Amino acid sequence: MEPFESHTGVGVPLRRSNVDTDQIIPAVYLKRVSRTGFADGLFAAWRSDPGFVLNVERYSAGSVLVAGPDFGTGSSREHAVWALADHGFRVVISSRFADIFRGNAGKQGLLAAQCAQPDVELLWQLLEREPGTEVTVDLHAKTVRAKDLTVGFDVDDYTRWRLLEGLDDIALTLRHGEAIDTFERSRPGWLPTTTVPSH
Amino acid sequence: MKPATLPEKVWSSHVVHQGDGDEPDLLYIDLHLVHEVTSPQAFDGLRLGGRRVRRPDLTIATEDHNVPTVDIDRPIADLTSRTQVEALRRNCAEFGVRLHPMGDAEQGIVHVVGPQLGLTQPGMTVVCGDSHTSTHGAFGALAFGIGTYEVEHVLATQTLPLRPFKTLAVTLDGSLPSGVTAKDLILAVIAELGTGGGQGYVIEYRGSAVAALSMEARMTVCNMSIEAGARAGMIAPDGITFAYLAGRPHAPTGAEWDAAVAYWRTLHSDQEATFDREVVLDASSLGPFVTWGTNPGQGLPLSERVPDPALMADDNERAAAERALSYMDLAPGTPLRDVAVDTVFLGSCTNGRIEDLRAAADVLRGRRVARGVRMLVVPGSMRVRAQAESEGLHEVFVAAGAQWRMAGCSMCLGMNPDQLSAGERSASTSNRNFEGRQGKGGRTHLVSPLVAAATAVRGRLSSPDDLD
Repeated sequence: MEPFESHTGVGVPLRRSNVDTDQIIPAVYLKRVSRTGFADGLFAAWRSDPGFVLNVERYSAGSVLVAGPDFGTGSSREHAVWALADHGFRVVISSRFADIFRGNAGKQGLLAAQCAQPDVELLWQLLEREPGTEVTVDLHAKTVRAKDLTVGFDVDDYTRWRLLEGLDDIALTLRHGEAIDTFERSRPGWLPTTTVPSH
Repeated sequence: MKPATLPEKVWSSHVVHQGDGDEPDLLYIDLHLVHEVTSPQAFDGLRLGGRRVRRPDLTIATEDHNVPTVDIDRPIADLTSRTQVEALRRNCAEFGVRLHPMGDAEQGIVHVVGPQLGLTQPGMTVVCGDSHTSTHGAFGALAFGIGTYEVEHVLATQTLPLRPFKTLAVTLDGSLPSGVTAKDLILAVIAELGTGGGQGYVIEYRGSAVAALSMEARMTVCNMSIEAGARAGMIAPDGITFAYLAGRPHAPTGAEWDAAVAYWRTLHSDQEATFDREVVLDASSLGPFVTWGTNPGQGLPLSERVPDPALMADDNERAAAERALSYMDLAPGTPLRDVAVDTVFLGSCTNGRIEDLRAAADVLRGRRVARGVRMLVVPGSMRVRAQAESEGLHEVFVAAGAQWRMAGCSMCLGMNPDQLSAGERSASTSNRNFEGRQGKGGRTHLVSPLVAAATAVRGRLSSPDDLD
């Protein structure tokens, strides 16, 4: 995973709450067996509306999405993160993220930055007043800056460290190989296996 | 020992490595369920890293999301769906994972297959790349959905790094009135908590209304925990749980059964244990519940009317309701019983088990699906289908004019041929009424199997009490 320290890009105001992962990428787009090529499915239903924010030229190359509360609810599909990343997003800002989405984002180097809703409102107003405004998200300082506006954001310290260092979870876990072996030997014998039973 | 809640007991018995400070705990995973949609990139990752599946004997796969529910002896017509299913078959063969493919007697929706095989047992950790993994919490397992990177992580290490959840007790007192089901109960809980109310929590459902539920009804409740934002829902195991498990293909037997039951009996929240949050609802005051909007928290009793966004105080809630009513093409003040539907879907991991089919068949026996309404009955697994046929339920559905299908996720999500067309309206026993969930432009009302069957007969949202 590429380390993430700071990112500057055009902010995209998505003034909607409860953006579920079926909206981020509808199920019909989930059939690829690769990790790339999902950008065409991003917000597919909404993009047929010419007024949708990503269809507005000044926002179309945006890389910092600023959304309403409860972003990423519903299905666990990591394709939602891949689609956002494929489109070029590096950061999503919201006042509340669904747990699975937040976890998926962190594993793929997409920063889910949690801002207070009044700060999201300030960002929306600025980005709507001045389309194309660049936003700088600084993971060291945990701040979002745009023009004269600076607001703080939350991200858990462990995810922040992993993003800053660009570390991969599987490699981190494999350092505990002996502990896994030891735990496995202590599991009760009556626990099921998926091996087809003989009886 | 310090008093602990049920979720805490299961968590602490699976800690492989305790995290320091910010570092998460490393948890052992007892059962990993796999399906075709969220696994191909995970197997690819293993290949790229030169890794194997650490415990294929704790892993099982089935084909469910993409599969058609008719003509399953023919190749899947949709090429991308077929590619995904074939990728799963190749991956399972290469990595030694047991797979139940389309047409197999044990094939079905992953969350129906695990419990019916007896693979889901109390006190286990169960994961799957699917948010409705919360279903398995009905057995007192800690079960939750994961993303594809985490699927790869579990395949490679049989563990997951996780930070402890907060605990939420949802106590459901009283007893459900006749005709009110587990589905109505959980829709009412979600309406109370909101779609974000459970975020960061594991829910434990408790109280007399929960204790009285069958295992299948408990699965319906836990299944939709994610719709309140909670990654997992749990119910303490009891005599009903043990009776369900006894004799299942993967349940322990003999002395091992006795040892397992002795352990399972310890899996309940201690009297003195405290939850981070508690919510109490009176189940005896509930009626049949339906959704009117585009998230599962936007629900009301069937006896109510479509709400008026203008009366909502919260800005976000009002904006969401306005958008939802526009998408759903509903006018404020319309009695919910007046809402006419085109399609009725009975099935899914929420309501595709044998008791759901029996309940709907009881309503449909001797009645007809209304003219102009199509009804799909899709068993959650081939085993459920076989059971229903042995009881003659399929004859009831077919005589009523419903379509009797093969097993799969079907119309729960627009990923296989069973979809709504734009503007079409459904009463659906599934779990999500998001925009386009059942097909682009489709409109979904979430309902119980009883309401689904009565709605099919009357052509409008109805409960069995509304029928002659």
